[in-house]
Amino acid sequence: MTHRMDGQKRLPPDFRAGIRAAGPILVGIVPFALVAGITATNAGMTILEAVGMSVVVFAGASQLAAIDLIGSNAPFAVVVATAVVINLRMLMYSASIAPFFQSLSTRVRTLLAYLLTDQAYALSIAEYTRNADRNRLWYYVGIAISLWLVWQVGTLIGAVVGAGVPASLGLDFALPLVFLALLVPAMKDRGTTTAGLVAGGVALVVTAVGVPLGLDLPVAAVSGLVAGLAVDGWREQ
Amino acid sequence: MTTWSPASIWAAIVLIGVCTFTIRLSFIYLFGRLDGVPPRVEQVLRYVPAAVLAALVVPAVVTVESTLTATLLDERLLAGAVATGVAWRTEDVLATIVLGMGTLWLFRFVVFA
Repeated sequence: MTHRMDGQKRLPPDFRAGIRAAGPILVGIVPFALVAGITATNAGMTILEAVGMSVVVFAGASQLAAIDLIGSNAPFAVVVATAVVINLRMLMYSASIAPFFQSLSTRVRTLLAYLLTDQAYALSIAEYTRNADRNRLWYYVGIAISLWLVWQVGTLIGAVVGAGVPASLGLDFALPLVFLALLVPAMKDRGTTTAGLVAGGVALVVTAVGVPLGLDLPVAAVSGLVAGLAVDGWREQ
Repeated sequence: MTTWSPASIWAAIVLIGVCTFTIRLSFIYLFGRLDGVPPRVEQVLRYVPAAVLAALVVPAVVTVESTLTATLLDERLLAGAVATGVAWRTEDVLATIVLGMGTLWLFRFVVFA
């Protein structure tokens, strides 16, 4: 224990502040990471593939969508496109946080970009605008590295557990449950609520009717986007 | 269960990973040479989470049967309804999973058993 304490003292204070700031969020992503591992192996992926996806992609919602679609044997292009579209929101994070990383070397910025997540972005940008004395690099790395570690370890544990659990328990149902937990707060105003309701309704119809080429999901999602835009009106800028 | 080959799974992982990394790096790398996300793109992106998540959730929870009773008295639909209520009240992922799975098991192993 004393060794650990000494080690902590040698770490930059802003790095430790970042880890502390991430604390409550880490607890929240544990079940999410476990589900990613469990459902990946339930969908027929190996433990290595499950953990490999967490390391290479490192973006929860898109991973779960990809696992879901791979498990239902969707076409390759649909899986990749869906996951990438889900991650397009990170363009906005990248644009918003870029000025704060401007002075860092390209190599460091490349690493920081790999670690960019909803949570690391939200916590860092809030602190940067509140506290100008904060070391931006170390604070961000403290948050991002702890999220990364918890995500990888959680996926691994989930994958090992998932590989040994009988299918009759229906643990694959945890996947739509996580999506539900993310969907409800995402429907926060008239436009996004309409987008969700229309996408869900269309998804049900196209699943029942059957759409060729596995385009069920794209058709439903695009219908939702269009409905959201129609309700809010296309703003002239 | 997937019938995808390991090569296809890895190809998807790598492709998603490379695209995602490019998205993350975009403005961080090109700062000053890009103007920021165009407002119209930003507006469309606002609807992406709700639309994509709903399109994934609804078919996983709702199974249309030949009668209304059979459609409504489905363990997944009942569990999904409970989970929606929990998600709405708590916005907590863990509580949503636990109570949703609990409801599914209650109907699968007790009520409908």
